[in-house]
Amino acid sequence: MVNENLVKDVVKEPYKYGFVTDIETEKISKGLNEDIIRLISQKKEEPKYLLDFRLKAFKKWQKMNEPDWAGLGYKQIDYQDIIYYSAPKQKEKISSLDEVDPKLLETFDKLGIPLTEQKKLTNVAVDAVFDSVSIATTFREELAEHGVIFCSISEAVKNHSDLIEKYLGTVVPASDNYFAALNSAVFSDGSFVYIPKGVACPMDLSSYFRINSGDSGQFERTLIIAEESSSVSYLEGCTAPMFDTNTLHAAVVELIALDDASIKYSTVQNWYAGDEEGIGGIFNFVTKRGKCLGKRSKISWSQVETGSAITWKYPSCLLLGEESVGEFYSVALTNNLQQADTGTKMIHIGPKTKSTIVSKGISAGNSINSYRGLVKMGTKAIGSRNYSQCDSMLIGDQASANTFPYIKSQQPNSEIEHEASTCRISEDQLFYLQSRGIEFEEAVSMMVSGFCRDVFNQLPMEFAAEADKLLALKLEGSVG
Amino acid sequence: MQSQMKESDPILEVENLSASTDNLPILKGVSLSVYPGEIHAIMGRNGCGKSTLSKIIAGHPSYNITNGDIKFLGENINSLEPEERAQSGIFLGFQYPIEIPGVSNLEFLRVSTNARRKFLNKEELDTFDFEELVKEKLELVKMDHAFLSRSVNQGFSGGEKKRNEILQMALLEPKIAILDETDSGLDIDALRIVASGIKKISNAQTGIILITHYQRLLDEIEPNYVHVMSDGQIIKTGGSDLALELEKKGYEWTDKFIKKT
Repeated sequence: MVNENLVKDVVKEPYKYGFVTDIETEKISKGLNEDIIRLISQKKEEPKYLLDFRLKAFKKWQKMNEPDWAGLGYKQIDYQDIIYYSAPKQKEKISSLDEVDPKLLETFDKLGIPLTEQKKLTNVAVDAVFDSVSIATTFREELAEHGVIFCSISEAVKNHSDLIEKYLGTVVPASDNYFAALNSAVFSDGSFVYIPKGVACPMDLSSYFRINSGDSGQFERTLIIAEESSSVSYLEGCTAPMFDTNTLHAAVVELIALDDASIKYSTVQNWYAGDEEGIGGIFNFVTKRGKCLGKRSKISWSQVETGSAITWKYPSCLLLGEESVGEFYSVALTNNLQQADTGTKMIHIGPKTKSTIVSKGISAGNSINSYRGLVKMGTKAIGSRNYSQCDSMLIGDQASANTFPYIKSQQPNSEIEHEASTCRISEDQLFYLQSRGIEFEEAVSMMVSGFCRDVFNQLPMEFAAEADKLLALKLEGSVG
Repeated sequence: MQSQMKESDPILEVENLSASTDNLPILKGVSLSVYPGEIHAIMGRNGCGKSTLSKIIAGHPSYNITNGDIKFLGENINSLEPEERAQSGIFLGFQYPIEIPGVSNLEFLRVSTNARRKFLNKEELDTFDFEELVKEKLELVKMDHAFLSRSVNQGFSGGEKKRNEILQMALLEPKIAILDETDSGLDIDALRIVASGIKKISNAQTGIILITHYQRLLDEIEPNYVHVMSDGQIIKTGGSDLALELEKKGYEWTDKFIKKT
């Protein structure tokens, strides 16, 4: 009803990253069974403990049921109709970027993530993942000088097997949930980060995930270990082509922070969301969890979720170390027929632990946007504190927003604070801004970015500007 | 009185304007011309259509023009978007300025000012230059710099909101300003500040329409014309003395001027 004509006039910006790279790929046959898992493990030349890890996870997964408690509406996934390994064909061993297929480099160029020596981003090291494999990681030598390891998880399995064996699956056990079990059985690649004791990582690290093929799922796994008194800021970006089928993305991210270490993990998720009728788009079912093992350790999640047909994720913190800190800053925007069920779990186990949750949900079109979160104070969490703020903004009158905060406290000497609000962009607010000469679209985007400011302030600078633009783009023509 | 010969062209001409919202007629043939340097006052009971007239001139999307024209500087603006009208120099001072959480007042004022400057082919101002300009304008309405860092109108008192409106008017330098009950809810001191702000901004090239219930604003700013509205029509037009007469006799006295339809 608001400015109906204007809305019709607005040219809808198509999804910028919807192209497909035409490249020869090596795919295994569809379906999931023990042989497929053995085949993936064999292709990656994995040690036995990892194959065992996968097979155990698969057994557990077979006994589990797909969860339905989130009440998300989607057609049942046929797990036998998915390809679990798909990789662009290239030379066996690649020693330098010059040997990477130019088509792949071109793809990442087009996505704004140049990888070649001449063009690579100057202040960020990038690990580029294409379907099931990591294509390239920049700045490796420079980082190695500081003792920082940044490589694909496949390489880490080969070169840093001790660390993988020690930490993999310790934060998100294979049996944690249905999708984590699936990932543990079939994960193909992902990023590995190790920051040694006392090192502040000299540059931001970033992974860029690209799904290219339509019939294969992406199951990446990220493991970040920050040793005592170290720190790192890690960024993650994701895009996918436009297909009229749904693609499953079930990732697992594990973070481990030891004494006085800090990890900042930022995501800008822009998977293809499907079209206006809800056809196609990524199912983004992800398990992300950080373990603050050490005293005074800190793990901070910030996420801007704009894409995917369905987003289902709760980046969480296990606060074990005394005085450890967990943070979750989130903007989730849904439009058209998108569904998002996202939030966090802050599990306070150690004494004097502290957590902060700031969640901003924006729903437009016919979308459903839910915050779901758990704050738990364990028996030993004496003197621990949580502050949660969950705000929802509705655009138009067909969208819906929900907040499901779960609070469990077993420790009377702890504090939990929860604030929530819902607002709607009103016709009067828009008219007020317009009557001051501000264009309709700009008026909407000013109000949305104002609403998200608390979260954007937490993002690395370049990411924040990017996020602002992304939201404006996603909302074009949505106010009706 | 409107028909007498003028030396220059009118800034705003409302010609036999009828408008409705949700199929309910609100305006029933309003005509009004504002020439450069003129101050018009529109008075009338609540619900007579005064505020609606101001919103329609500013382009509010909830109203449909069913008949008649609005011309600004000789051009028909019936189909222009609100932002286009604002950029070209029409300003509406809101009776109830809207709160916009999260959007800083400073940023709002800057984006707004630059939209107008762009239309005038003037250079857009960066944050630094804008600070200079806004500082000078703040003086006019005796506002504290701290207002700029707050969200637009959020938590402002009634008087602060109205002063913020006049600040916007001062920054946008409109050709015509329609001030909808800018005086309501103000104490005497705030009223004087607002009135003196309006006087300083207006000049021989601009036109002003004051929508008001009270004589006290017109004591501060003397209008050239006073129009009385009733049931979507202007039923009587006079000089500034008409407002004084109204104050004495009340709106009931004007009922006899209502044209029988």
